[in-house]
Amino acid sequence: MSELTFFIDYSRCIGCKACVHACEECDTHRGVSMIHLETIDRHGSVQTAPQVCMHCEDPICAEVCPADAIKKTDDGVVQSSLKPRCIGCSNCVLACPFGVPKYLVSLDQMMKCDLCYDRTSVGKKPMCATVCPSQALTFTTMDEIRETRAGVPVNEWKFGAEIVKTMVHVMVPPGVRAVEVEGLVQLGPKPSSRDPNDVADLLEEP
Amino acid sequence: MAKLPVAVTDLVNQFGPHRHDVPPGGWASTGEPDRLVKTHCCFCGQQCGIQLKVKDEKVVGFEPWEGFPFNRGKLCPKGVKRYMQNDHPDRLLSPLVRAEGRGFEPVPWDDALGRTVAAMKRIQAEHGRDAYAVLTGASLTNEKAYLMGKLARVALRTANIDYNGRLCMVSAAAASKKILGIDRSANPWSDIPEADVILVAGSNVAECSPITTDYIWRARERGARLIVLDPRLTPIARHADLFIPVRSGGDIGIFNGMLHVMIERGWVDRAFIDEHTTGWDAVAAAVAKYTPEHAAKIAGVPASMIVRAAELWGPARTSFLLHARGIEHHSKGVENCMAAINLVVATGRIGKRGCGYAMITGQGNGQGGREQGQKCDQLPGARDIENPEHRRHMAEVWGVPEPSIPHKGVSAVELVEKIHAGEIKGLLLICFNPLVSLPDQGFVREALEKLEHFTVIDFFLSETARHADVVLPGSLMEEDEGTTTTVEGRVVLHQKAVEPPAGARADWKIICDLAAGLGVGDKFTFESPREIFEELRRASRGGIADYYGITWERIIAENGVFWPCPTLDHPGTPRLYEGARFGHPDGKAHFQPVEWRPAAEEPDEEYPIVLTTGRVVSQYLSGSQTRRIGALDTQYPQPVCEIHPRLAEKLGIAEADFVKVESRRGSVVVRALVVKTIRPDTVFVPYHWPLSRAANRCTIRALDPVSKIPEYKICAVRVSRIERPTDEEARLAPEAGGVQ
Repeated sequence: MSELTFFIDYSRCIGCKACVHACEECDTHRGVSMIHLETIDRHGSVQTAPQVCMHCEDPICAEVCPADAIKKTDDGVVQSSLKPRCIGCSNCVLACPFGVPKYLVSLDQMMKCDLCYDRTSVGKKPMCATVCPSQALTFTTMDEIRETRAGVPVNEWKFGAEIVKTMVHVMVPPGVRAVEVEGLVQLGPKPSSRDPNDVADLLEEP
Repeated sequence: MAKLPVAVTDLVNQFGPHRHDVPPGGWASTGEPDRLVKTHCCFCGQQCGIQLKVKDEKVVGFEPWEGFPFNRGKLCPKGVKRYMQNDHPDRLLSPLVRAEGRGFEPVPWDDALGRTVAAMKRIQAEHGRDAYAVLTGASLTNEKAYLMGKLARVALRTANIDYNGRLCMVSAAAASKKILGIDRSANPWSDIPEADVILVAGSNVAECSPITTDYIWRARERGARLIVLDPRLTPIARHADLFIPVRSGGDIGIFNGMLHVMIERGWVDRAFIDEHTTGWDAVAAAVAKYTPEHAAKIAGVPASMIVRAAELWGPARTSFLLHARGIEHHSKGVENCMAAINLVVATGRIGKRGCGYAMITGQGNGQGGREQGQKCDQLPGARDIENPEHRRHMAEVWGVPEPSIPHKGVSAVELVEKIHAGEIKGLLLICFNPLVSLPDQGFVREALEKLEHFTVIDFFLSETARHADVVLPGSLMEEDEGTTTTVEGRVVLHQKAVEPPAGARADWKIICDLAAGLGVGDKFTFESPREIFEELRRASRGGIADYYGITWERIIAENGVFWPCPTLDHPGTPRLYEGARFGHPDGKAHFQPVEWRPAAEEPDEEYPIVLTTGRVVSQYLSGSQTRRIGALDTQYPQPVCEIHPRLAEKLGIAEADFVKVESRRGSVVVRALVVKTIRPDTVFVPYHWPLSRAANRCTIRALDPVSKIPEYKICAVRVSRIERPTDEEARLAPEAGGVQ
């Protein structure tokens, strides 16, 4: 693995699904897309969010696997389950804090984003981050991202008391050191009565 | 004669559109392809570089082409899945002729070509040369576009040739020519990230030109401000510094209001205006009455937004204006664009790094397609068909007497009107699906049914081709070679990945075959698209769109060459108007004063809602290609009517209800999508689908007086909830025009 790494900037996502379509063109899992593209609330906004495997330093999916079927490579990539070992129990599906692994009934196996290991292990970029038109998904160096982005990359997530460190970084406003998931939930909607995503509100004189 | 030979369901069963989901060899087959072919996407005007994987002489997939500088490997979903067309079960593999009551029957090539040529000769002999017309498209390569123009002017000698770029770029083209003197985006895309403020007017960049999103974000990461004008809050508008939800047709209110404020606050470049422009006083006088309050009434937004827009745009150091169909698809489309371009020229921020202007081309060869002589008023090199000197030049290139070249014909919509009126009786059509894409569909259908003879060249049986007497099976972009000219004015080369399938024929060969049948084969002796390009180079020489210095070797070596490029040692022209030298003979920019006027049909008591139409990211134009690609259909299977919850509540419409959107011309029945991201006085229906799902059944056949572009972006409708339709069309698959 070179110094290239994976960054997500959720604010850039345009929901085009180029990543979803390109993912299934990857030779290791042709015809099955491993990336998630969530539409948050189409009635209220056009916001969408892509989700690749975050490749945790201590992958919870692997920890909870009773069959020891999920392996992390030396360069930090958490792989799909090993077919001979996977018992299809879906512990990993339930345990992943990012909702990434999928149990595929047709294969009776858990599969997930493996950072296009066939590509990244030979110096190519993952399919999704290569095609992403808005570069919400980017595969580049830490230096490059710091030079070219206004936001800063973080890879620490706080789920209450539990801290998860990931190989994949997400872009956040300067000054933020970690994504505090519990805090986000508690913050809730902004106090303003005007909804910035409601065109009818925007049309009223301020 | 051109009525459907059998019921539409029978035609759909046999010819599709059918979804195609599986690559050649199936998903399970992997392994190294036999070769990778560096080429470009067949869809929009961005013309992204892409490598096609070829195995066993079929296109089996793609590999990003990171070396091509425009998109560096990036692709939208259409680009990712375009390879699914090559081995598609709907491909036409034999010439077809209409058989009443039986559908279409295969015939040998000589028979099909012979019937077409005989009809051409008969109609022209009986009714005059102009009674046979040609309609073409802006997704054709430069070589094919050039050849279609030559076929019309040299072989058929009809004045009546026009193209579907008439539905796309003509308003922008006319405005650009009037003010700046040249019909081309003024800047390469590499100038966008260097701009301090970006104004996106009437462009759903995220869905219609997705690659451009990254260019805009690169500017924003440096601190650039973004202003977006759109009746809908689109993905690019979500994070804009200023999103102006302008009323459709109210754009001039914004532009003139901004200029009013900029003059008042001294944010125009007087020295630049004095030295490099004409007509400023008339523009200043025209915008005098566009106070923010007055302008706001026209634009349908708070006055404070117009002031804020002026504050962001006016004092900036560098700036970039991007506009597209949202301001161009109007009966005042040219005026909308001129009002926008006035904002650029008034600041003097053009022709420099990070300073400029671009129109976002819609179709694959939207730029080149309008330069090579398939427009009713133009000869190759963007020459004027009524200019004696230009006519003499082309007569010499073609080896014909100058008087034999026809004069100006009529535009696409007017051409259909002439068919309806019985003046045009025969039609050759390529790369155009008017039975989805033209406004007032009922009228278009009536017109096609009146044709005495109708020949279509296409690779799938489009909704329009169902009405043909003769169908000639043509080639996909990946089955031929040739050049296109991108949104930047960059001429790029499409390489051939595979041969056309057995039974189909390369489009350019079909055109040459028809010319030979008409007795002018000696002027169509081309052995390859490259030979056509060599003639095109000479034809364009000395014209505005001068390709003479461009060769295929240079295109490959230099990742495309920007026109004008008059000599082999000329570097090409990525950025126009450097040193403030504009395209007019006097070298100056010519300001054009613009006064707002209403649309052809504004909402009223009977039809109180504005309908606006547009595109979605996974479908392309009339959908004849993308509705056949399963993954793209799954993403957006059928048109929906976007409606604000306030309007929906008033009309008793709930999410996913079926609604009838009805204008004075026709109606469309689709499901409702209740969203806060649209103006409450406006509904939106995308236009890619046919039959009762065609938004263009509602749109109005009103044209801009200069560009002749139809007014797709505003007409008056009423909307009501109805029960799920169960008629024959509704029972079709959604990709064929049914509902789900």
